[in-house]
Amino acid sequence: MYDFTYLRPRTVAEAVEALRTGFDPKLMAGGMTLLPTMKARLASPATLIDLADIGELRGISVRDNRLEIGAMTRHYDVASDGTVRARIPALADLAGGIADRQVRYRGTMGGSLSNSDPSADYPAAALALDARMITSQKTEAAGDFLLGTFATSLEEDEVLCRISFAIPEAAAYEKIPNPASGYAMTGVFVARLAEGHRVGVTGAASEFFRHRDLETALDGGADHAAALDVPAPDREYLADMHGDARYRRNLVRVAAARAIQKMQS
Amino acid sequence: MRFHPITLTVNGEERRARVKSNTLLAELLREEFRLTGTHVGCDTTQCGCCTVHVDGEAVKSCTMLAVQAAGRQVTTIEGLAAPDGTLHPVQQAMKDCHGLQCGFCTPGVVMMLADFLGRHPGADEGQIRHALEGNLCRCTGYQHIVDAALRVVAAGAAKGGGHV
Ligand SMILES: Cc1cc2nc3c(=O)[nH]c(=O)nc-3n(C[C@H](O)[C@H](O)[C@H](O)COP(=O)(O)OP(=O)(O)OC[C@H]3O[C@@H](n4cnc5c(N)ncnc54)[C@H](O)[C@@H]3O)c2cc1C
Ligand code: FES
Ligand code: FES
Repeated sequence: MYDFTYLRPRTVAEAVEALRTGFDPKLMAGGMTLLPTMKARLASPATLIDLADIGELRGISVRDNRLEIGAMTRHYDVASDGTVRARIPALADLAGGIADRQVRYRGTMGGSLSNSDPSADYPAAALALDARMITSQKTEAAGDFLLGTFATSLEEDEVLCRISFAIPEAAAYEKIPNPASGYAMTGVFVARLAEGHRVGVTGAASEFFRHRDLETALDGGADHAAALDVPAPDREYLADMHGDARYRRNLVRVAAARAIQKMQS
Repeated sequence: MRFHPITLTVNGEERRARVKSNTLLAELLREEFRLTGTHVGCDTTQCGCCTVHVDGEAVKSCTMLAVQAAGRQVTTIEGLAAPDGTLHPVQQAMKDCHGLQCGFCTPGVVMMLADFLGRHPGADEGQIRHALEGNLCRCTGYQHIVDAALRVVAAGAAKGGGHV
């Protein structure tokens, strides 16, 4: 890892200022993606801005039938927090299945969503739970924030602060993990909201997406068996040594049916 | 080169160090404090050999900067047994159940299990295997590690509470 200047701002405003004035700056949340990347010298920021001391990026609260989670909330906290468990147990279950125990103690929801790894778990939940991303500049729907493989709408001097999820009537997440890395080969999050069903898909394609045909079928009363008859949409599915595009497309159907079975049971 | 003066508690003792911004916690522990029980197996956040406790939570010390540990309580494998040498229940069970062969992964496995079983004293086999996700062992096939964890559960030897 190359040398860098290490900063530890106490407020979001200070972090934004450091992004504007620091030389070649980068934010660090849990460091669970960034530090391995820096060790491999795939990233070499000259200024590292550690968000650990910023209290306003923490906390879990319920507001207007929405669950609001601070960007620096760790996967471990999401998995174990009583409020999350009570309001959106499927989100807690998802968090408990990210990476491994040690990584969950440090990795954060904001870091994961800002990183926008196409195989990450949270994006599926963000799409299905109509998440709003609250940043230092704007509030934006998850679908507009997550722009694809490692791309988001974040500007260079912007900090993701909180994520607000609709509290569903019922929800479930099913991940088919890569057996070696644990990342999602495919992950499907299904949710029944007051205004209808939403289905978010991660891992399968180069972009996260909503499975609209399945949403319509679920609104029409489809169960998990009927869901197997709804093909995954035509898209550019990922193909690599772990599975080709046809295989991944089929995984969407399989993971969705399993998630629906969990949600409806 | 940027240096940061830090103070942290390691195995109950207050320690001071001047660390470079890019010094990893694992490097500080091994190279400066000579606590070489913390192993570095992969350096890519996968194997868990470098697991230590920071404020009572099992983390991978190869993927944490030393400056991030400033002001925190760090426990390494050297600090787990009681001062009189009595082994921690997880250490004793690993010994009794032959939970190690070459021993390279063992400090990390023990530190992870001490954290996990402290919070889940009634864990079942499935939960134990899930908890072992971030610890790779090339020798044992995990079976005797799982046996050791189950023995700690059966003896009711793990302390603490928690949810996940
Ligand atoms: C062994 C291993 C297995 C893993 N398995 C999985 C898995 O199964 N599923 C999964 O989803 N993930 C997995 N991950 C990734 C993990 O979830 C990371 O914690 C996560 O992707 C990044 O979160 P972080 O807090 O560590 O962010 P960091 O690594 O600190 O940052 C990641 C990126 O986001 C930016 N950033 C961070 N916070 C903010 C913010 N508030 N505003 C703007 N930008 C920000 C940083 O600048 C950086 O570019 C795994 C990681 C490891 C090491
Ligand atoms: S050396 Fe830290 S995880 Fe392998
Ligand atoms: S005992 Fe040899 S790697 Fe685990």
